[in-house]
Amino acid sequence: MNPHRSGSLSALLGMTLVSLMAPAAQAAAPESTGVVMKNFMFVPTSLTVDVGSTVTWTNQDGEPHTVISDSGLFRSAALDTNDKFTFRFEQPGTYHFVCSIHPQMVGTIIVK
Amino acid sequence: MTDEISLPGRRKALRCMALGGAGTLFALAGGVFTPIDLAVAATDPSRAIPAGKPLFVQISDTHIGFNKEANPDVDATLNRAVDLVNGLPDQPALVIHTGDITHLSRPTEFDLAQQMLSRLRASELHTVPGEHDVTDPTVSEYFNRFRKASERRGYYSFDHAGVHFIALINVLQFKPGGLGTLGDEQLAWLAEDLRGRSASTPIVVFAHMPLWTIYQPWGWGTADAEQLLSQLRRFGSVTVLNGHIHQIVQKVEGNVTFHTARSTAYPQPTAGDGPGPGPLVVPAAQLPAMLGVTSVSVVAHPHTLRLTDRTLA
Repeated sequence: MNPHRSGSLSALLGMTLVSLMAPAAQAAAPESTGVVMKNFMFVPTSLTVDVGSTVTWTNQDGEPHTVISDSGLFRSAALDTNDKFTFRFEQPGTYHFVCSIHPQMVGTIIVK
Repeated sequence: MTDEISLPGRRKALRCMALGGAGTLFALAGGVFTPIDLAVAATDPSRAIPAGKPLFVQISDTHIGFNKEANPDVDATLNRAVDLVNGLPDQPALVIHTGDITHLSRPTEFDLAQQMLSRLRASELHTVPGEHDVTDPTVSEYFNRFRKASERRGYYSFDHAGVHFIALINVLQFKPGGLGTLGDEQLAWLAEDLRGRSASTPIVVFAHMPLWTIYQPWGWGTADAEQLLSQLRRFGSVTVLNGHIHQIVQKVEGNVTFHTARSTAYPQPTAGDGPGPGPLVVPAAQLPAMLGVTSVSVVAHPHTLRLTDRTLA
């Protein structure tokens, strides 16, 4: 896949889950940073990342959790213990999310 | 047990205690509550349970798909619960499942749960979903399978033996902070459903999350439940049955009796005891005594319902 095509593809995919990294962007490679679900909390509750970063949520609890964005931008299935969910943030902004099974669990990703 | 509508005296309560098996028994008579809160050790599980023929059995939180330490075999404990219900000397006409049928909303889990529940001898099964049943990407798995529920996005009502049953759903929307929500559309539907019904009609309401606030920090409650209660208060006998918390908590407020059920899968800690409402690991020998079902019978028809909680051991 040539860089131009992958760039277009990324733009098209835009807000959806991306499993391929854009090869041309390696010089400023986005980091994968993480949130864990532990003891019925998202840890950290608020995470700041760069535009283009992929955030990985990992469930470390004995109960399943989900990651559902308030805006409808991203939504995981039920994550069992050790399951992960990833989402790449292409746009700056503040993104609130909640666990739909335990809605007292809330978190925020701040994308700069 | 006689059919009189009266406050059961202590002598009768003790006789009930002697005849009953494992579990908790309480009676509501003529709108006045007499708490007979009994916890009887299962000295002889083969003894017949007294009182009227069970109208229905409530089963809850089967969590098919769960396989962690708190219960590595939820299929086996559900099968035991089904055997328990099938073994009742008088069969209930209905079984009501108050949700968390599955653990992860997966098709294979729904398949297996439906297969196991189909072994129930009772001719009718009525369900409401729990929050664990609505996590599939399109939130359609539960609704496609339980057709009656899908007609109105999960809520419905029906009548049986003079009792009006109302199934409500409080797991599709949620308030940040965690309580369940009924929503305006469902509450408006309920107002229409109750319009014109005689106040002497016994009402049974069932929904997954507790319809009163048991413990807000863990989401054990429903944010707009008061709007529901205000519609129900005019009725002479209202029984509210919920699940979600995997333990029995009960409350009486006027003519309204609230009761949550045990799970058939795993217990949870009591409110506030730990970081959250996760599975509670107990010694294997103790587990069956913390799982079970609730049977509801009509005594002194048509005004009173008696709830009997039974454990698997």
